[in-house]
Amino acid sequence: MDLQTLIQLLDSTIRLAMPLLLACLAGLYSERAGIFDIGLEGKMLVAAFMSAAVAAVASTADLSGGAIAALAGFLPIWLAQIIALPLSPVFLGLLAGIGASLVFAGIHGLASITFKGNQLICGVALNFLAAGLTVVVSQAWFGEGGRTPQLPATARFNPITLPGAEAIAGVPVVGPLYADLISGHTILVYAGLLFVPLTWWILFRTRFGLRLRAVGENPAAVDTAGISVVRLRFAAVGICGILCGIAGAYIATALQAGFIKDMTAGRGFIALAALIFAKWRPWYALYACLLFGFLQAIALRPDIFEATIGMRVQVQLLDALPYILTVIILAGFVGKAVAPRAGGEPYVKER
Amino acid sequence: MDKMPKWADVILIPVISLLLAAILSAIVILAIGESPVEAVKLMVTGSLGSTYGWGYTLYYATNFIFTGLAVSIAFHARIFNIGGEGQAMLGGLGVALVCIYIPWPHWSLALIGATLAAAAFGAAWATVPAFLQAKRGSNIVITTIMFNFIAAALLNYLLVNVLKPVGAMDPATGKFPEVTYIPSFQDMFSTADTALFRGAPANITFFIAVAACIVVWAVIWRTRLGYELRAFGFSESAARYAGIRPTRMIMIAMMISGGLAGMMAINNVLGEAERLVLNAVEGAGFIGIAVALMGRNHPFGVFVAAILFGFLYQGGAELAFWTNIPREMIVVIQALVILFTGALDNMVRAPLERIFLSLRRAPAQPKPPAE
Repeated sequence: MDLQTLIQLLDSTIRLAMPLLLACLAGLYSERAGIFDIGLEGKMLVAAFMSAAVAAVASTADLSGGAIAALAGFLPIWLAQIIALPLSPVFLGLLAGIGASLVFAGIHGLASITFKGNQLICGVALNFLAAGLTVVVSQAWFGEGGRTPQLPATARFNPITLPGAEAIAGVPVVGPLYADLISGHTILVYAGLLFVPLTWWILFRTRFGLRLRAVGENPAAVDTAGISVVRLRFAAVGICGILCGIAGAYIATALQAGFIKDMTAGRGFIALAALIFAKWRPWYALYACLLFGFLQAIALRPDIFEATIGMRVQVQLLDALPYILTVIILAGFVGKAVAPRAGGEPYVKER
Repeated sequence: MDKMPKWADVILIPVISLLLAAILSAIVILAIGESPVEAVKLMVTGSLGSTYGWGYTLYYATNFIFTGLAVSIAFHARIFNIGGEGQAMLGGLGVALVCIYIPWPHWSLALIGATLAAAAFGAAWATVPAFLQAKRGSNIVITTIMFNFIAAALLNYLLVNVLKPVGAMDPATGKFPEVTYIPSFQDMFSTADTALFRGAPANITFFIAVAACIVVWAVIWRTRLGYELRAFGFSESAARYAGIRPTRMIMIAMMISGGLAGMMAINNVLGEAERLVLNAVEGAGFIGIAVALMGRNHPFGVFVAAILFGFLYQGGAELAFWTNIPREMIVVIQALVILFTGALDNMVRAPLERIFLSLRRAPAQPKPPAE
């Protein structure tokens, strides 16, 4: 395997790992606060649909192209792209996706916090609701058999060329590494990578994070300290909704160009697996998602794997590997994963 | 100590939840510019208006009875078996292996063999998560979800690489030998002059499903094992003091549950397709959750709920055929049923309890002495 193929493989690893990472961090906030969320998949799916639908409709009246052209006169092109982003249809799509995901998160919060229902059953219901509603509504809106129209480039998140990428591209090893692997992703990828240290900082270095973790371990103690368990848990579920919304929008408007039926394809569950694999820690979440993203990248290019190892690998095995690894981790044979102690149980105030 | 009379808990709450789900579904249908009344009419005539429709309704219901019983018996031990989908896939594998590799002399023997194989494979697929829960404390909900995906990958692999006949294109086994074909409703009920259930997939498995309901009822409420399961589900620590071993309970509950989910395969694999195809289960494992929740974990409730979902499935197919409402509308309805009967149960229950309490309190107030 030469450097070029390796870079290609790692590049698609990053692209495929990103929705997993965003969803995984989403689950991290929720589960650290004691709310199990197996509805990550559904939230991503509904966000993917809404972002693609709104971007498709908004792309008919696009303002960002002119703005980029105007700004590019005196700013570097990548900066112009970022500044003009809020004007573009894809940004509206992103907001719509986050909004849809937040509605689902709200239902989850209502059922599992306010009405003290079963969080797992609620997650199952939300997954089905998303799978059904997205197809029913897209058929009604676009009439294309459960898909949105193909998004034009202006209605998608486009790759950003980082400063200096072209200049350095000729340098051996470092050049292609920077120009092809690090540069040339959409802004959501860089945002997603930033969320990892941010999440670590929020959870482990702020008062909010301390309380959030405490409410997932011992809500009664938090309540005794005079802090609202309900408010904290709703905040966590809300953050989870926002991150799932970004993940879904990424899938429909950056990874692919438009929504198709069931396009999340189990990513929510792989993210859940990654969360357990990462033992509910942000940095480990990054590594776990990169690992699972790498497995997906290999599954797309079995020829590379065969040429390198000299052995044919079954695609089905690669598909199943994240789940098998998670079961092994869960079984505690290799570094036991211990969930937040109050996870999955509604908090009933003592009377 | 009961806040409500039993009939309210068993009938009133599910009916109200169902009504809420129906109202929201009607709103969705209205929002996409179709008429809910027309939709219901189409669904009723399509699924209940002919023996053909009934043949499909009961075929789907048979699947859902098995998966619903599977979920509910695990619920009695307070275990959430979300892996019915994977267990039913493995059950299908068992049926296919038995039917292809054993030369059966008669369909009745093939049916017995296939049933045993389906149950054994389904139960075996459930033992690993059960063991990990019992011995290693791994959350069974997560492991059974993971096992669904592993089962899908395993079946995909086996069908593509091992079981597919040479030269065939689609990932499926060849047709089973003709001797294994079990009687369909058409074979059983049609007379020489009138063909009933013509072309519909309902088959003798329906009666096995009904029998399974009765057996599960007897096991849960009339045997020592059932008592232990319920005691364990009610309070694990109390059960342990009473000498009930948790490991044993988890393993047994999950094996019965997995076996029931696996037995669904005799309906869809042996009874309908007569070969094993990819994605044969088609989500029936998950519908079992809705069915168990709606049926209040009682075999009779499961039976009624399964018929209702069978009606929804067949009716939904008719809707997709005749109107602009896609088949996925059923998935929306199913989601709403799970949401209201499962997750938002307290939203319906709490106000009702308050109403019943105030009704009870009113006559009990001491009357002022007559002057």
